[in-house]
Amino acid sequence: MKAQLVLIPIILALWAAYVCSYVVEETDQVIITQFGKPVGEPVTEAGLYFKLPFVQEINRIEKRFLPWNGPSNEMSTKDKNYLIIDTFARWKINDPMQYFLRLRDERSALSRLDDILGSETRNAVAKHNLIEIVRTTKDRKAKTDESLVQGIGKVGMLYDIEIGREVVEEAILKTAANKLNDFGIELLDVRFKRINYNETVRRRIYERMVSERNQIADRFRSEGAGEAAKIMGKKEKDLQEIESEAYKTVQRIFGEADANASAIYAEAYNQNPESVEFYGFLKTLETYKEVLNSDLSLFITTKSPLFKLFKSFDPNNKFQGKDISE
Amino acid sequence: MNQPTEIRIPDFFRNGMIVWVLLIVVVLIGLVTSIYTVPAESQGVVLRFGKAKLQAVEPGLRMKLPFGIEQVYILPVRRQLKQEYGFSTPGGTNPNQFTDRRAREIEKSMITGDLNAAVVEWIVQYRISDPELYLFKVMDPEGTLRYISEAVMRTVVGDRTVDEVITIGRQEIEEEARERLAASVKKYKLGIIIDQIQLQNVNPPPPVQASFDEVNQAQQERERMINEANGEYNKEIPRSRGVADQSIQAAEGYALKRVNEALGDVARFNYRFKEFKKAPEVTRTRLYLESMKEVIPKMGRKIILDEDASQVLPLLQLQAGSKGGLSQ
Repeated sequence: MKAQLVLIPIILALWAAYVCSYVVEETDQVIITQFGKPVGEPVTEAGLYFKLPFVQEINRIEKRFLPWNGPSNEMSTKDKNYLIIDTFARWKINDPMQYFLRLRDERSALSRLDDILGSETRNAVAKHNLIEIVRTTKDRKAKTDESLVQGIGKVGMLYDIEIGREVVEEAILKTAANKLNDFGIELLDVRFKRINYNETVRRRIYERMVSERNQIADRFRSEGAGEAAKIMGKKEKDLQEIESEAYKTVQRIFGEADANASAIYAEAYNQNPESVEFYGFLKTLETYKEVLNSDLSLFITTKSPLFKLFKSFDPNNKFQGKDISE
Repeated sequence: MNQPTEIRIPDFFRNGMIVWVLLIVVVLIGLVTSIYTVPAESQGVVLRFGKAKLQAVEPGLRMKLPFGIEQVYILPVRRQLKQEYGFSTPGGTNPNQFTDRRAREIEKSMITGDLNAAVVEWIVQYRISDPELYLFKVMDPEGTLRYISEAVMRTVVGDRTVDEVITIGRQEIEEEARERLAASVKKYKLGIIIDQIQLQNVNPPPPVQASFDEVNQAQQERERMINEANGEYNKEIPRSRGVADQSIQAAEGYALKRVNEALGDVARFNYRFKEFKKAPEVTRTRLYLESMKEVIPKMGRKIILDEDASQVLPLLQLQAGSKGGLSQ
């Protein structure tokens, strides 16, 4: 019995400690309400705290950055492109009292965020062309694969922008943050998570991509044919050049050789009238040898020196060599 | 029937044993809730009544205050963690490592800066660098990382042409995405550091893949056409050079021959002329007769006419009339 008596006050003391105290987590801040009415300043520092039992209630409010992950929405840009856009935001309760009074819990806060961010995003997208929310860096020039982008057309070029994605996001953040300030909410950031073409736009884009690629492919083929033709032309030219050069050289050599030979002959045969005559005599005889053959008939009269003796012979008349050769 | 049951209280409860038993139970619970281990790759953060202690707990067997007075969070700060976008390697256990299959298609499809489309898969490698921020500053830091990472990758891809995304600009994209993601992670106070972003498969969308392949094919075709033409060139030109060379050599040969022959002829002539000059008449007669001796026998019919005979014709006709009848 004595032991039980010792236990009772200990248990009572523990229970009293339990109902009079509460723990604020690092991730929380707490507003104490008494019969539903907030009492005192919100507790923002983590640790062990005390309250009145039963009459005071604790209301935990998040201190962390909280997610808002927007639904996918189909929106139209200024240039009438239909896009499916996912946005997200991160927000924080920076005035817990205000937040508690106006929204009370996270669920109503999120639905408020849906309304405000949804419409702000829609407004911002509708005010700008598609390219403004796709691109970011204004003066960036695309690196190009030289072989792909030669020729005319817009392949390999970035579209120019005036402000860019980050500025649009910034604008949404600014207007939405203003509106959310009243709820004790601080908006850290709003970003486009996904931007995709809707079904019909996508089909159009694909068609354009295909035609763009076909154009590049056609250019490659025509380049190939052109280069090949160029090479064949060069071949033809080189061929003619080589052949004609050779012809030229050959003819020159021939001519030179003929001229040389002719000079040599002339020099020898033309020494004096006697040599000229002798050459003529020799050449005539040689020509007889070559020209005369069995197809020809020879009619010769006894008048000819060779047969003079044939007709008449005069022992007193001396034979002289010049009878023949003259 | 309804006999009152006697509640038998064991003896040891009666004589104060209960206090000891309770004490032992309390001590056991205390031990269990105060001893913990921090694995080698991790760090612990201890909270007393919800408030974090500043000093992180290093790996080893550790003690804390029992009964929930102190709590501990253990985080794998030295482990490299990975998130996958647009695909998943099987066997991942971390729910933030990938999205579910249905969302992947849309997760990896993007618009490029030339308003084309590309399909981009990538991974983010990161570590928890600041347990306190990671635990207390942001709700769902790793889920948030996924959101930021998608936004960042689209920002970077949106600034590039489809050719940069698919081929030439990959490394630059990884680098810029890493920088941008690191900046955002800092801004969002996630308590994470980004080690690396790596692009995986980056492709044109499936419906246009074929035409991209065709560009490659056309490129190959171009090379082939050029090679073939070069082949044709190389097949003919060296040969024709050789032929040209040959004809020149032949001409040179002719030239030599012609000159040598001339020199030979001339030498011969000179000798003969020298001899001729010594006895012109005899030599002339000799040469004439020698030639006649050689020439006349080679000829066909030979007819010697008397110089006084005036009619040759009848004779010829007679021969033509009786062909072969009169031979010489």
